[in-house]
Parts: sequence; C-alpha cells; structure tokens
Amino acid sequence: MRLLDIAQTRKRLRIKRTSTTNGTMASTDLDTLERDLLAQVEAASDEAALEAVRVAALGKKGSVSDLLKTLGAMTPDERKTRGPQINGLRDRVQGALGARREALAEAALEARLSAERVDVTLPVREAPDTRGRIHPISQVIDEITAIFADMGFAVAEGPDIETDELNFTALNFPPGHPAREMHDTFFLAPDRDGKRKVLRTHTSPVQIRTMRAQQPPIRVIIPGRTYRHDSDQTHTPMFHQVEGLVIDRTANIANLKWVLEEFTRAFFEVDAVKMRFRPSFFPFTEPSAEVDIQCSRKGGEIRFGEGTDWLEILGCGMVHPNVLRNCGLDPDEYQGFAFGVGIDRIAMLKYGMPDLRPFFEADVRWLDHYGFRPLDVPSLVAGLSG
Amino acid sequence: MKFTLSWLKDHLDTTASLDEIAETLTRIGLEVEGIEDKAAALKPYVVARVLTAEQHPNADRLRVCTVDAGDGQPLQVVCGAPNARAGMISVFAPPGTYVPGKNITLSVGTIRGIESRGMLCSGAELGLGDDHDGILDLPADAPVGQPYALYAGLDDPVVEINLTPNRPDCTAVSGIARDLAAAGLGTLKRAAEPPVRGEGPCPVPLAVELDAQHRDLCPLFALRLVRGVRNGPSPDWMQARLRAIGLRPINALVDITNYMTFDRGRPLHVFDAAKVAGGLSVRLARSGESLKGLDGREHALTEEMVVIADGNGVESIAGIVGGAASGCDAGTTDVLIESALWNPQNIAQTGRRLGVVTDARYRFERGVDPASTLPGLDRATRLVLEICGGSPSEAVVAGEPPETERVIDFPWTEVRRLAGIELPRAEMKIILESLGFHVAGTGERAKVLTPSWRPDVEGKADLVEEVVRIAGLDRIEAKPLPRPGNVAKPVLTPLQRRTRVAKRALAGRGLMEAVTWSFIPHADAELFGGGGADLVLANPIASELSDMRPSLVPGLARAAQRNADRGYPDAALFEVGQCFASDAPEGQSLRAAAVRRGSAGFAGAGRHWDGAAPAVDAFQAKADALALLANLGVPTGGLQVVAGGPAWLHPGRSGTLQFGPKNQVGHFGELHPRVAKALDLKGNLVVFEIDLGALPLPKSKPTKTKPVLALPDFQPLSRDFAFVVGRDVPAGEIVRAALGAERKLVAGVEVFDIYEGTGVPEGQKSVAVAVRLQPVERTLTDAEIEAVSQKIVAEVSRKTGASLRA
Repeated sequence: MRLLDIAQTRKRLRIKRTSTTNGTMASTDLDTLERDLLAQVEAASDEAALEAVRVAALGKKGSVSDLLKTLGAMTPDERKTRGPQINGLRDRVQGALGARREALAEAALEARLSAERVDVTLPVREAPDTRGRIHPISQVIDEITAIFADMGFAVAEGPDIETDELNFTALNFPPGHPAREMHDTFFLAPDRDGKRKVLRTHTSPVQIRTMRAQQPPIRVIIPGRTYRHDSDQTHTPMFHQVEGLVIDRTANIANLKWVLEEFTRAFFEVDAVKMRFRPSFFPFTEPSAEVDIQCSRKGGEIRFGEGTDWLEILGCGMVHPNVLRNCGLDPDEYQGFAFGVGIDRIAMLKYGMPDLRPFFEADVRWLDHYGFRPLDVPSLVAGLSG
Repeated sequence: MKFTLSWLKDHLDTTASLDEIAETLTRIGLEVEGIEDKAAALKPYVVARVLTAEQHPNADRLRVCTVDAGDGQPLQVVCGAPNARAGMISVFAPPGTYVPGKNITLSVGTIRGIESRGMLCSGAELGLGDDHDGILDLPADAPVGQPYALYAGLDDPVVEINLTPNRPDCTAVSGIARDLAAAGLGTLKRAAEPPVRGEGPCPVPLAVELDAQHRDLCPLFALRLVRGVRNGPSPDWMQARLRAIGLRPINALVDITNYMTFDRGRPLHVFDAAKVAGGLSVRLARSGESLKGLDGREHALTEEMVVIADGNGVESIAGIVGGAASGCDAGTTDVLIESALWNPQNIAQTGRRLGVVTDARYRFERGVDPASTLPGLDRATRLVLEICGGSPSEAVVAGEPPETERVIDFPWTEVRRLAGIELPRAEMKIILESLGFHVAGTGERAKVLTPSWRPDVEGKADLVEEVVRIAGLDRIEAKPLPRPGNVAKPVLTPLQRRTRVAKRALAGRGLMEAVTWSFIPHADAELFGGGGADLVLANPIASELSDMRPSLVPGLARAAQRNADRGYPDAALFEVGQCFASDAPEGQSLRAAAVRRGSAGFAGAGRHWDGAAPAVDAFQAKADALALLANLGVPTGGLQVVAGGPAWLHPGRSGTLQFGPKNQVGHFGELHPRVAKALDLKGNLVVFEIDLGALPLPKSKPTKTKPVLALPDFQPLSRDFAFVVGRDVPAGEIVRAALGAERKLVAGVEVFDIYEGTGVPEGQKSVAVAVRLQPVERTLTDAEIEAVSQKIVAEVSRKTGASLRA
C-alpha cells in the first residue's frame, strides 16, 4: 500500500521535473520551484508521501540536488549570487520536510492514543493476599507473644489430651475436691485400668510439664486450646487460654503486678490501664487473685484506660508450694507466679466481637470482618494492631 | 451465697454503709456478684385505701375506683382486678412508676373513656410472686401512705457473693461478718452457745454402724429429741430472711434448719420422731435401697453412700437430703434434731452420683466446721424451744470431733518474700488474730494455730494470703521484673515459628483461617482413619462433637459446605491445629490443612469480565501445599510427589508428598466421592493437609552466609521437545529425566502442553516441554546445542519410553 503510494507520487513529480532541469534557471523560477516543493511537503499526508517529496527534491536526482550540481560549473561571480539562493532553497525545503515529518508523527501518535483506550472503571480481581484472613485468635496469640517475648518469656506448649494427674492432682486439686467441679471436664473413655484421660480444662498442666522438664529460672507463656463442658453465649466447649509462668528465687506479687500492668497496657494499646486485684481462689496458686481492668462501655464499644466499669480479664497468683513440690522444687528455695488469660475473651474485649460462638463457626462473612490481613504481623516496634 | 444487710448486722456491729460493705467484701476476696435492694426498686409504691369502687360504665370487667394514697386527695384509677372493693387496703403506684412485673412505665391514661391516674397493684406486678388473681389485699391496719417495701419488710437489701470453694467458713453469715470485722468494718458479735440442759437422756437409740475402714465418713453424730413442739409457720422475721435469699418457708422446724445452714454454716436435719421406727443408725446404703427425698425425687442408692436409717429403712441421705417419710410437717409434735459431721469427699461423690445439689451438700463437701457440731445442735434446739416450745432431751453423741487444728511455723518475712510488700509485724498479727488464728511467739517467727473453721489454711503461703487479702492487695506496689540478658533472644521453637509462618503464608494465598472444633462426629472421624476407642469422649457436649479429630479436613470441608448453604459457594478456608492419632502426647500432631470449594482458586473466584475462574482442581491444592513448604523453608531437595493418598482422597485425583515412602508429610487432591457424600458435601472441593511436625528442618549451619552467587555472562536459550509416551507415565518423570540429562547445562524444564487425541496414538499422550539451557563457560555452538538435545531425548526415552513426536 505504502510502496504503491510512493511510486505514484514519484510519477507525478517526474512530470514536473522535466520543466525544471534547466541549469540557468532564473530566480523567479527558483521561487516557483520553492513554492511548488513547499506546497508538496505541506500536501504530503503520511510518511511515505513525504519521503517521496524528499527524494524528488533532495534525492540523488532530485530537482534541488540537480540545481546544486550546477554550481560547480558556474563562475565565481555567478556562484556568489546563485550559491546562496540555491543553498537557501535546499535548507528551507529540508526544514519544511523535517517540520512536516514531526507533525505527521505527532498526528499518528495522537491517532493511536485516541484509539488505545481501556475502561479503568472495570473491576480487577482482589489479590489473594488481600482476600486471605488470619483468625483473631491467631492474631491475638501473636500480639501476646510479641509483648511477652520482649519481657524475656519463651513459648511452651503441651498436649490437649491430658492425664488427670497433670490437669488436676499435680496442680493441687485433690481428688473429689469441689474445686474440680469449677471445671466442667470432658473425659475420654476409661482405659483398661479404669483411668480416664481428660481434655485439658486449662493450659496449667503445661506449668507442670515445664517445671518437670527444666530447672529455674523459668519464664514462659503457654497459649493453647482448652476445653470445658459448657455452652452459651459466652462459653464454648472449646476455647483458648494463655498461661504465664515465672519461677526463680525472688519473683513475687509485686513483680506479677508489674508484668500484668505492662501486658495490659501493651495489649490494649493505651498509656495506662487501671487494674484491680481481687483476692480469689485457684488450687494451684496461693495467694491467688483475679484481675479486673477499668473501662468505659458505650454502645458496643469498650475503651480501656477510662470509665467506671470493671471487667474481669484474668486470674493469677503465686505458684502454690504443693505445686512446686509436685515438680521437685523446694518451695523455700524457689518461688514464682502464674497467670491465665482467656484469649478469646480478651480478643472480644479488644476487637468488640459481641458473641463467642462465631469464633468457631468458620463463617466467611465473620472471618472477613473480624479477621486480620496476612501482612498485619503484630510487633512491638510497629504497634500491635497498626 | 446470699444474705441480707440486717442479717449481717446480727453478727457485725457496724456503721458502714451498704456500698462500703460491698466494696470491702470484693476487696477481701468475697466478690459481690449483685445487690438487690427492693426498697429502692419499689420506692414509688405506697400503701393506699380504696375509697370507692364502682362498675365501669363502658366495660363489664373494669371498675372505677377512687384511692387515697396518704394525702387524703382521692385519685381516680381504673382497675381490672375482680377483688377491688371499697374500703380495702392495697398498694398504689402513681403515673411515672416502672412496673417490673409488666415491664411498663405508667402514664396518665384514659381507659374506655374514663381517666386513670395510676394503678392498684398485685404482687406479681411488683415482681414479688405469682398472685395474678387480684390486687394486694392488705390488713386493715396497714398504714396508708407508707412505702409498701417498708411495710412489707422488703427494705432489707440482699447481697449475693460469688464464694470460692476454699471458704466453707463464709457459707455462713457469721463467717462473712468475721472477715468484714477483720477488714476493719466493725466488731464481730460473739455469743457463746452454752449447752442446752436436757431433761433426761435422748430416748431414741443411736448407732454408728461403720467399720474402722469407713469410720471417717461420720466422725461425729449428735441427736436430740424435743417433745411437745407446735410446728406452725416460722416467725415473720425468719420467713422474710429466708425468702430474701430465695428459700421457700415451709414450717418452723424446717425453716430453723435452713436458717442455721445460712446463719452459722451448720446444716442440720430434723426427723418427725413419731415417724421414726426404733432407733437411728448411721451406715452405708445397701445395694438396691432407695429413698424418696424431701426434694420429691426418688434416689437410688449405692453401697458407698452413707445413710441414716431406722427400722423402716433409709430415712435420710447423710449430709445431702432427708427423706419425705420421716419429714416434719404441721402435725409434728416430737422432733429429732440431727447435727453431724460428714466426710467432704464422700458427700461430694454421693451428691455428684445422685445429681442432687442442696445447701447441706454445698457446705459438707467444702468442709463444715467440726467444732460447730454440738454448739450448732444447742443453738438449733434453742430456736426450736423459742419458736415451737417443747422440752428437750439430752443430746446423744457418737464419735469425737476430729483433730483439725494445725500449727504453722511462720516467719513474718514470708509476706515480703512472696508478696513483695513490707508490712508492720503488729498489723499482720492483728489481721491473723481477728480472723480467728492464734498467734504465739514474739520474734522473727510465729507459731500460728489455725481455727477449726479454716480447713483451707495449710501452710505459710496460705497465711501470706490471709494477711495480704485483708491488708489489701492494692497496697502492693508493682516492681519491674527485669528481662534476663540484653538483646532479646528468639523465643519460638522452629515448629512454633513454622506454625506462625504457615498461617500467614496460607492467608497470603487468599485462604481464610478457620478455627474448628477439635471434636467431630464419630462417623467423620472413622472416615478419616480415626474413631478409635481411646479418642471418644465419654461425655460429649453434643452427639456430633464426640471424637477427637484425626484430621483437619472433615471440619473444614463441612465448614465450606455450611458457607455454600448460606450462599457463599466459593469458600477458601484453612486451619492450623492439633490432630489426634492416640490419647498419648506423641499421638498428637500439628497440621496445616486447607479446602477450596467451587471456583475459589488462587487467582480468584466466580465469573469475571476477564475470564471466569475455573472449578478448583487438585492442582490448586498442590500449589497451596508446595507454596506452604516453600514459605516454611523446608529443604525440598528430596521431596517426592507420588500419585494417590489415603482412602479419603479420590484415588486418581490425589497425591502424596513424601521424603521417601516411609516419611509421608502430607496429601492433596479431591475428596473421595464416597467420603464427600458421607459428609453431605455438594459441589467440588479440593483439600491438602500437611503434618508440620513431620517436615524436615534445614540443617543448622555455623554461618548465616549464603552460598556464593554465580551469574553466568552468557545468554540462556530454550529448546522445545514434544514427547509421546504412554498416558499413565507421570509427566514428572519426563521432567526429572530431562533435568538429569546434562546437569551442567540444563537449568530448568517446564511442561507447557499435554495433548491426547488426533495425531497421537491411542493410549498415549504428548507432553511438550521447554528445556532452558544455561551455558556457563562460553556460548554454545549449534553442534553443541544439537548434542545436548540428543542427550535429553535419549535420557527421557530411556527413563520413560517416550519418543519424540513426529
């Protein structure tokens, strides 16, 4: 197509050239030629036509080239007048060609751009890493781990299926004691000896496992699944706890208070949290306390570090001498404290889930709303929840 | 544990306000759960006289009354009660009053054309009972204009504390008073209980028929007969207190035992002596015996339960519930009062087996003060004599109070050591003494004698608790617990670290983390290789939550289906959690698993202008599994992907990930159609599951330096080959053969086409691969490239029987 255009244009120009091959052309003829050429440049509607004009004028046998060749045969005087005229003609034709070429390129680009269009309002697919979610329980465990790691706590774990000994007896729950009934226990079928294993009712058996496996100083947190035979809006038969255990030669209630104050302040991400320690009872700690934190509740929103309501968040105490003895530690030599927090519960408090049951229902609408993005990794340097 | 304020003040001389008392109780470990102050709730209700009551002109069942509420101004009230009549005294509520029984707030209204300015009330409307028959009909001398709560004795606030099981002494109002007195809120009123002088011995013989082995089930038993009692209703003050704490007054004798239970923490039992045949004996129940209890239930007894029996058989279950046959009623004239001591564990066990919760059991299983046995009998006798009259016999007593007092060698520094607070020794001593401890010694160490009512105090730590809870935990100042070392060391084990990474890696692939129950239906467990007897719950919370899960997959698959049923067919879920192969700790494995349902692929789900997402297939699951391994930094050099998996997977559309045949680490693919059907799954679903604990860890190296990176200066080049092989030959073998053909040059092999059909012989397939060659020393010549190509073809052919496609 384009080649054909060039050929046709050349044919047209050749006809004109026959009338301008006279070397002794008058200046008026030069003017005519120039007008003629500039008009052709202007008329060239695409790259190919323009190239044809260039060849006809400035090519080896072009009209302007032919004129330039005549300069050699002229007298110096003639050259003095004709030279600038012919060179001037050449420069102006060249300039016009260049300008026209640029204009054509510009127009071509404009035409292309006006044709190349996407509808940017069309939706793109949501990326995998923004669709995925981390369950609030995992997120909160990561938050808790970050806080306690900074205080030098390691993470210990233990099995969900426990012996009665580790879940109760070693933790100073005497057989038949009413304290056992505070724990609505799931039992597995009895074995040949009539012994029944239990689903651990708390993460505290891992205290025993840890103290029996390693010598003090001990500083661990123990997150994990726990089970109680209970089901209503705030209780599910399976839930999560994190236990803390510190054993050394000096750790006391004053240190326990500090650790828990640091923890609640960091976890709820407020500068100060007012706490209330209430004496309480757990068989495996003595003295024992429950801890309430002050908050305000408006609508469904809970704010910490202000208000007049008290919310119970954890139980704690000094590890009971019997528990230390059960782990082969002399209670006059070693001492320490333990605490236990409901992970699901503090997740609900911090992030405002009204009901515990949906935690375990895997409803994608709930996970999408209350879950966390995979790259929201809690850390103390970046702020736990960003 | 509930009590009223006036009841407390029987034992505690105090000027403290209700708020101060409540706040102190919580502060010293007797957590106040609620305070019910009816006087405040019923303040607007006043005693009023109905002046007139006439038929409503426009309604058969309504009356128009005028009422004097104390100020002499007649108020017009429309009333629907059938018993409303002129001259009666009732209770009136003015407009603006909240009516708890109806959950409405009154306003001035017009009822069938007649204006009504308030309401005459029934007990039910006040939330005080269920008398729906009509408005309250008070005695004629009731003072018009007085607040009804005051008139009715409802102005005694009821406090409920959440009692911890270690404090049997505070199952008594007297015990609570002692704690409050120790906390500085008043003075404990102590009244000695001198023995009652009986007239002659108790004529009812008593025998404790427990052998030496079981003697400790009833260390002490005391009995007394009171003759000639009148067992009418108990006095109003006693009825009011019992009602206030939620007990129903029955008759004076029964009310007295209930009152003693709460007042002194001393449960008692009363038998109607006329209904007791012969003597009473304490013994173990015999097989086949049963008792109709005062609770109206028939209790089948077993041989380790202790009972009190007579010539007719069992009359009472020790420490738990009495029998209906020998119970006291209005006709009772001679009463036997029992005050005994029972073994806490035995009572707890019996109560649990019978499923009976009574106020007596609650106290005996926590430990009733042994020293209260005889004074309790005397106190109860006095109440009987006061209220019912009669004449008492001497008490007949079997056994001895057990030795319960303990001496604790207590260094005062123990408080500082455990609690981190320095308290004056004098203060600590006063606290212990006011709680009933006897403190001897003046130096650094004291000998502390525990009181009989504190079985929970066993050692030094218990005494520290007593001191700090009364002194106030809030006085202990927080002290930093310095971190050991300087820069924090990593605290996670490699598996803990992998658990965290696994969750975020999978969430990063568009999967949502679920947390599903650790227990699943028995049938589901069996389908996934579980359901063993050692993993079945003896007492599941629901029949479908019965077995510890052998796999995460059934829970996730069912969750995906539930989402589909709710209109979300494209669920992509994962879970990282424990699975159970046995009840031993080693039988527990930490796994990661995911399900993708419908079209929930990595790239997205559902239709889209740029192309609809295809139905998920086994390769989506494989990609998830491999991405997980990569993100966990598992050294995958030895990883094999082999066809097939456990029985719950589709045999032809599943694979196993393994490091050798004996080291399987996971599986992926479609569920077996039979399993999918058994789980009620519809639509397509793919899964993977990996045992995180089975994955190899990278070798620990002495350096963190990465291996040297070689970047060749020569252009890589790619050659395509189409092999024709048997359709059952795994493509992976072709890839492996090509990779191994010339290890120095072959840098990668991609399968870019699989084709069966025209042009390929029946039973065969064409596998097209692109082999990337990376020259390392110099640019390859055409001849060299040709030679490598030949080698690749030869090697693939040798390993798989493939030929180049013509």
